[in-house]
Amino acid sequence: MSSTFTTSAARNIFYGGAVFSFLLFLALTFRTEQVLPQRDQRAQLDNPQVVAGKRIWENNNCIGCHTLLGEGAYFAPELGNVYKRRGPDFIKAWIKGQPTGVPGRRQMPQFNLTEQELDDMVAFLKYASEINTAKWPPNIEG
Amino acid sequence: MKYTSQAVAKPYFIGAMGLFVAQVLFGLIMGLQYVIGDFLFPHIPFNVARMVHTNALIVWLLMGFMGSAYYLVPEEAETELHSPKLALILFWVFLIAAALTVIGYLAVPYATLARITGNDLLPTMGREFLEQPTITKIGIVIVALGFLYNLSMTFLKGRKTAINTVLMIGLWGLAIFFLFSFYNPHNLVKDKFYWWWVVHLWVEGVWELILGAILAFVLIKVTGVDREVIEKWLYVIITLALVSGMVGTGHHYFWIGAPEFWQWWGSVFSALEPVPFFAMTLFAFNMVNRRRREHPNRAATLWALGTGVMAFLGAGVWGFLHTLAPVNFYTHGTQITAAHGHMAFYGAYVMVVITMISYSMPLMRGRAANSNKAQVVEMWAFWLMTVAMVFITLFLTAAGILQVWLQRVSDTPLGFMATQDQISLFYWMREVAGVVFLIGVVTYLVSFFIKGEERAA
Repeated sequence: MSSTFTTSAARNIFYGGAVFSFLLFLALTFRTEQVLPQRDQRAQLDNPQVVAGKRIWENNNCIGCHTLLGEGAYFAPELGNVYKRRGPDFIKAWIKGQPTGVPGRRQMPQFNLTEQELDDMVAFLKYASEINTAKWPPNIEG
Repeated sequence: MKYTSQAVAKPYFIGAMGLFVAQVLFGLIMGLQYVIGDFLFPHIPFNVARMVHTNALIVWLLMGFMGSAYYLVPEEAETELHSPKLALILFWVFLIAAALTVIGYLAVPYATLARITGNDLLPTMGREFLEQPTITKIGIVIVALGFLYNLSMTFLKGRKTAINTVLMIGLWGLAIFFLFSFYNPHNLVKDKFYWWWVVHLWVEGVWELILGAILAFVLIKVTGVDREVIEKWLYVIITLALVSGMVGTGHHYFWIGAPEFWQWWGSVFSALEPVPFFAMTLFAFNMVNRRRREHPNRAATLWALGTGVMAFLGAGVWGFLHTLAPVNFYTHGTQITAAHGHMAFYGAYVMVVITMISYSMPLMRGRAANSNKAQVVEMWAFWLMTVAMVFITLFLTAAGILQVWLQRVSDTPLGFMATQDQISLFYWMREVAGVVFLIGVVTYLVSFFIKGEERAA
């Protein structure tokens, strides 16, 4: 690089660029927080079952195999829309029926959830399925 | 090695290599579970293997960064480390905390681990990459604070160069953004939104500062090019990284419930994210071409050049492939993401840590460079690992393209598991490439024990 472009000029561009980018990012975040109430189904969080369901989701590391709104591991199906794909009864029966024990097939552990916990999980997955995700995923298969 | 206290880097590098081996072994277990679903079930379910695989990676990279910083900052600041003793104590605290956490993952069901570590008091567990029990997270913060205190004191009393300044900014940023791992709101959209403030602002933000600083340091040493030139490049690269990467966070906000304006902001800015990595490649090759000396450590030079190229391919090209919102609509959460993740982490962060180890370890062992024989073996390891990673990435990309086609684009979409059955051939080939990668890792470790004629430091 030419000698007219000095190190201190490069340094100043760095600090300026970093601060500007961070402020722009903060402004977009601020705007996000304003728009979110129309999209994130926050009214459903008043239902204690949804909150309890999220804790059960976390405490069993479901994200270690599944994706939720496309984020997580890619070993097992997307669950952000599983409530719409399968419905509440199937979800509960499926969790209760694991592992299938079919030789060579991917296995889901038995988590020994109570009936109450299964209902909480379903409430959480219903909430997740109603978040406005800009029409993602492309089809019901997730 | 100019200052004796730089030697505290050595245990960090050894610990990092141990965890690297664990990471790769568990990766092979997972790779096999992709095709033989019940392999090791119920003893090591997939989610457990994955936690060990990803968490071991994160911890060993952090150890690598810490070791690199303990080596680099005193030399740049031209003074001894503030407290070598604190650095050693923190190493053992970190290593034991990491070991206990891994034992916890493997020994008991995750829900039990959550209960006995009191997750309900401050729930932070069960989110991707942040699976560690809350007490482990608190431990990480304590280690990071001690580490930053130690290095900041060293930095403040010594010479402030562009390289150690950028490194310190990167390390402080790393610690500060980790604090968002303690924020876990009930609101799933906000949870995901701020989760990325740890994950994205680490790997596509402040970690790039650390990467740039380490690479610049090693290039000065092995090429002898003027500091003035190298420091200018460093500032340009990290400016490009932050300007593209900060708002580029938006490429994670397309489909998680965040407002749709992110599809524009995220696409445009993240499309620029390959630019800093391309600059890094130019930088590395330019400096080596303009070298003013023939450094005896040719292996370190190879790793430095490799970092530039592979970071550009993995983070830059493979990131760009699926970063535009209309493309990402189809590829989000598929094997395409896994392909990108593997090559980006290897090319950018694994390789830069190994670059630093390759450069500094011989010096800490009292020689300018390893024997020619040892370096040849190390270069074999470079090619084995790098070529294996290219193939892992290509096979996962092929799997991902088919997955997208069969499950998402088709007029008669298949279900998830039906799709997985269709693409199992590519998972098998990925596993074979993974075994070659492991052979590369073993070759790399063997190179440390090969004797031969060495030049004194």
